[in-house]
Amino acid sequence: MNDLLDLTDELARRELAPRVDEYEREGRFPREVFTVLGGAGLLGLPYPQRWGGAEVGYTDYLQVLEILARRWLTVALGVSVHTLSCHALATAGTDEQRDAWLPDMLGGGLLGAYCLSETQSGSDAAGLRTTATREGDEYVLNGTKAWITHGGVADFYTVMTRTSPDRTAGITAFLVPGGTTGLSSATPERKMGMRGSVTAQVMLDDVRVPADRRLGEEGSGFRIALNALDSGRLGIAACAVGLAQGALDVAVDYARQREQFGSPIASFQGVSFTLADMATGIAAGRALYLDAARRRDSGEPFSTQAAMAKLFCTDMAMAVTTSAVQVLGGAGYVEDYPVERYMREAKVLQIVEGTNEIQRLVIGRALTQ
Amino acid sequence: MKIVVCVKQVPDTWSEKKLDPATKTLDRASVDGVMNELDEYAVEEALKIAEATSGEVVVLSMGPEQSTETIRKALSMGADAGIHILDDGLAGSDAVATSLAIAKVIEGRGADLVIFGSESTDARMSVVPAMVAERLGLPQLTFANKVEAPGDGTVKAHRLTDYGYDVVEASTPAVISVVEKINEPRYPSFKGIMAAKKKPVETISLADAGIESASVGLGAAWSEVAEFADAPARAAGTIVTDEGDGGTKIADYLSEQKFI
Repeated sequence: MNDLLDLTDELARRELAPRVDEYEREGRFPREVFTVLGGAGLLGLPYPQRWGGAEVGYTDYLQVLEILARRWLTVALGVSVHTLSCHALATAGTDEQRDAWLPDMLGGGLLGAYCLSETQSGSDAAGLRTTATREGDEYVLNGTKAWITHGGVADFYTVMTRTSPDRTAGITAFLVPGGTTGLSSATPERKMGMRGSVTAQVMLDDVRVPADRRLGEEGSGFRIALNALDSGRLGIAACAVGLAQGALDVAVDYARQREQFGSPIASFQGVSFTLADMATGIAAGRALYLDAARRRDSGEPFSTQAAMAKLFCTDMAMAVTTSAVQVLGGAGYVEDYPVERYMREAKVLQIVEGTNEIQRLVIGRALTQ
Repeated sequence: MKIVVCVKQVPDTWSEKKLDPATKTLDRASVDGVMNELDEYAVEEALKIAEATSGEVVVLSMGPEQSTETIRKALSMGADAGIHILDDGLAGSDAVATSLAIAKVIEGRGADLVIFGSESTDARMSVVPAMVAERLGLPQLTFANKVEAPGDGTVKAHRLTDYGYDVVEASTPAVISVVEKINEPRYPSFKGIMAAKKKPVETISLADAGIESASVGLGAAWSEVAEFADAPARAAGTIVTDEGDGGTKIADYLSEQKFI
């Protein structure tokens, strides 16, 4: 799979690196970059070849995310979210549904969004209130989804809705095309970091979809959502490791060039020990997400390991990016170097796809129940 | 339409390159090899023409063993087959010898078009396409930033000049060299990379091609590197302090250096 990683590295160097600073500074969404990645086949990696995927394992797919995140977190996270948004159809759809829609979703031309959270329902995902009501051959969807990556720019939305009052067994998944009447998005959120990525509320106002847009049985949505999140968490872990690696790259480069007291600051143990700790954390995080990915690829349970990887890698990325700012000193605190941005970006990884508190809850439950 | 596109593996443009003191030729082992950037445009143009005319693209490279990577890259972009001219006797060949080997191998293969990048980023001679055309007795349309080859036996190109472009036209078969303004080369797709592993690459030695070893290689080169030295260290620049007359001082300096 070195070929895949080499290709990703080339794309990251030639398409991501030259754009990242400007786009993040201006808060511009790099739609054209996703088109290039899609053309290269990177928007359907872990899915079956039958529907146009590359059928690579998570060990390879996650390394692709890490390479992208090393250059540009917005893009890596976008690929992870897109992949997550294809998960419900790929795993719970019928063959007719998959034949009809999956090839386009994996083919590289389209970008997806995954709609689970609502303003009042974040960590308590089962508290969602968006409704889907059956009317003849259609469902009518109503409600507001929150914190939606690619909200307003996505070509399709995987939407979790409520079809009955039962907290968990009343949730149902739908695949809604982007242009559907009644689907709209709010002004994008003004975020602390990842400003190139679009995050917005998605409003569903009497959105009518044919009944065959329902994924899985009525009431199976929560299980589908949690399944997807286990895999999504691995994506976030890999993104965190890539971001941390990017910060280390800058810090090492700077420490070797910056001279104080007549020597490069890298020659002072106070700095080199910091760099050593950063590198060690990154290596440990990488090993942890790869271990969880190997379990997933060999069909073993991996939920707990995914939670551990997400928890450890994102906390590590927060620490490493903070250290990178410290290594650069004043230069790290200004926008001339990317490390202050990395530090702002790392924070969101401790929050998305299940806060790190939720990850600890998952791990704790696995130990004690 | 059958198109032969010639590609060269060169040292990574951004890496530090060294000359081997023993042979006074480029030390290719110490740097990463990549496909010559302009050749990516040649491959793209070949693929576009082939796609429009249901044609076939054969990628040809002359170079040491690791040049197969560059051939594979062109195959993963979509070329159909590869030819690798590989022989230790070719090491150190100059442009004249290179054009001889390439022409010998292309001859008789029924190519309608032979497409090159207009220069390589290592040697930068820009003469091999013209030499190959001369050896094959074919018309040459060099430095093209636009090519129309509809597959009807003609080819038309916009040939870049200092003042604009000339429209040149020839009958096929013909030799073309392209500049970077001509297109936007595609990236290989992951599927393309996997498919490229199964595509045929023919390896041709000097003997296979019927080339006498005395006519190629360092020994046969018409030019010789007599000596080389490191580039001089960059001298400190001149600092112009603006005391209200900064503009004049800069203009004086530029005029002294004959820039203006």
